Amino acid sequence: MMFHPPVVSLRWIPVWRRNFLVWRKLLGPALLGNFGEPLLYLLALGYGLGSFVGEVGGLPYGVFLAAGIVCGSAMNTATFEGLYSAYTRMAHQQTWGGMLATPLSVDDIVLGEMIWAGTKSLLSVAPILLVAALLGLVHSWAALWVLPVVLLAGVCFGALALVVTALAKSYDFFLYYFTLIVTPMFLFSGVFFPLDGMPIAVQWGAQVLPLTHAIAIVRPLMTGQPLPHLLPHLLVLLAYGAVAFYLAIGLLRRRLLA
Amino acid sequence: MAAPTVQALGLTKVYAGQTVVDGIELAVFPGECFGLLGPNGAGKTTTLRMLLGQTPPDAGRLTVLNHRIPEDARDMRARVGLVPQQDNLDPDFTVLENLRVYASYFGLSGPVLQRRIDELLGFVQLEAKAQAGIGTLSGGMKRRLTLARALINQPDLLILDEPTTGLDPQARQIIWQRLRSLLAQGKTLILTTHYMEEAERLCDRVAIMDHGRILACGSPHALIKQYIEPHVLEVYGPEVETWQDDVARQHARRTERVGETVFCYAEDEGALLDDLRQRPQLRFMHRPGNLEDVFLKLTGRELRE
Ligand SMILES: Nc1ncnc2c1ncn2[C@@H]1O[C@H](COP(=O)(O)OP(=O)(O)OP(=O)(O)O)[C@@H](O)[C@H]1O
Ligand SMILES: [Mg+2]
Repeated sequence: MMFHPPVVSLRWIPVWRRNFLVWRKLLGPALLGNFGEPLLYLLALGYGLGSFVGEVGGLPYGVFLAAGIVCGSAMNTATFEGLYSAYTRMAHQQTWGGMLATPLSVDDIVLGEMIWAGTKSLLSVAPILLVAALLGLVHSWAALWVLPVVLLAGVCFGALALVVTALAKSYDFFLYYFTLIVTPMFLFSGVFFPLDGMPIAVQWGAQVLPLTHAIAIVRPLMTGQPLPHLLPHLLVLLAYGAVAFYLAIGLLRRRLLA
Repeated sequence: MAAPTVQALGLTKVYAGQTVVDGIELAVFPGECFGLLGPNGAGKTTTLRMLLGQTPPDAGRLTVLNHRIPEDARDMRARVGLVPQQDNLDPDFTVLENLRVYASYFGLSGPVLQRRIDELLGFVQLEAKAQAGIGTLSGGMKRRLTLARALINQPDLLILDEPTTGLDPQARQIIWQRLRSLLAQGKTLILTTHYMEEAERLCDRVAIMDHGRILACGSPHALIKQYIEPHVLEVYGPEVETWQDDVARQHARRTERVGETVFCYAEDEGALLDDLRQRPQLRFMHRPGNLEDVFLKLTGRELRE
């Protein structure tokens, strides 16, 4: 019963919409947090560090970094949403408990929450992309294709976070996930520096990380460099998202319907 | 008789090796108000969660509104309203937004919904609070809003888990009145409560539950008649223990001491009253048997964890 296949329908929309309505009410602080911090990284590192390192991988450092910050920000936003915000709705506000007294199911809630996490990634990345473009750090109109990629990556990271939330007994548990998974991924997926210079083991290890594959698509879209084969990278993101979706539903059925 | 709204046969739930609902049989009929009574931990909330399809039974058969549960729970829940034991209103929304968003979970929207919301706000006397945040509401208002929310899908069956716990007498009276008006509209109600007076006033039938089993089921009146002698005297004062041993035991069918009070249950009150009039140091109250007497007789007087 707990791990039978997900039942997917459009009933995820009211779950998504509920979160969107709350976000709209609290627009100011939400935008500032999701957009302000990555922007600071971009300015401080892009110009500060950029003036020392000059070119990286044939690109001005700011241009190289902008794509990394876009993807890192998508990951962080979706992860926070799938951990802290989702946990609050599950455990403290009993929002999901309320939904489960209506025709909505755990499957609808998980799908709505992960698509919402992806939407939040999109909402935080879009202004970063705009500012990066105004600063001259975006070199191609193809950068608009970054938006659907970010949505997909956000959904994927949101689903992964929901798996952790399904197992969490308190907010403290999330520190493990950040320290063991999110921070290493942020550092070793090519956000701040190209992986070419790293030991070969690290380069191979990085291929396991979904963020690496998001960056592999997003960076050429923003810099105008030739695109790699997209399919393998997209498949990695899709696979992570699908497995996490299935796991999160099973674990949350076990937790909420015990 | 009409097909039951809820029918449970051998309904069982086991948590970590502990049977918290132990093969109960329940039948609730259309239009009736059915009360589930029992001490803390008796298994009331767990039973209600099974009825709603929120947790699968470990054994037994269950139908609610002709839907098999848990298989068919989604369609059933479209026709049921729930007032949960713990409030779970959305703190980020106003009163009005809470109703609108909850309605969206049922797929409801548009002008018809708006009319229904206006009606419901009137029904629970919260029109003036439509734009208020949840944080500004009193406990009684939150409970009334939760009741309005449970009615948003015009349910045939309303399930209320301790609807009046923690409310002051005025707030409780409003809820009672609203529930009676829902019964008059023909809705079926299932409620749990720790207030025997509430059950006696509202419920057509009650089931008394303990340790996951149903100990007795029937109308409050019939249960009182079946289990309790017609006269109850509550006696207290100095040396009431001696009086219990020397006098009360002779004239009452049952006596029981709880703290400083002796309860006497008697077929005939005459001899006891005559004796008590000779003893001004003892104070007493003479009353008919009630549902609380039944409850305490069946579930005992020890404190539950
Ligand atoms: N999810 C759960 N996991 C483990 N045990 C549980 C769970 N839910 C309830 N129980 C246990 O089942 C028993 C019955 O609980 P339940 O909440 O149904 O009682 P109740 O009659 O509603 O009590 P109260 O009047 O305090 O609300 C209790 O011993 C409780 O600890
Ligand atoms: Mg309970």
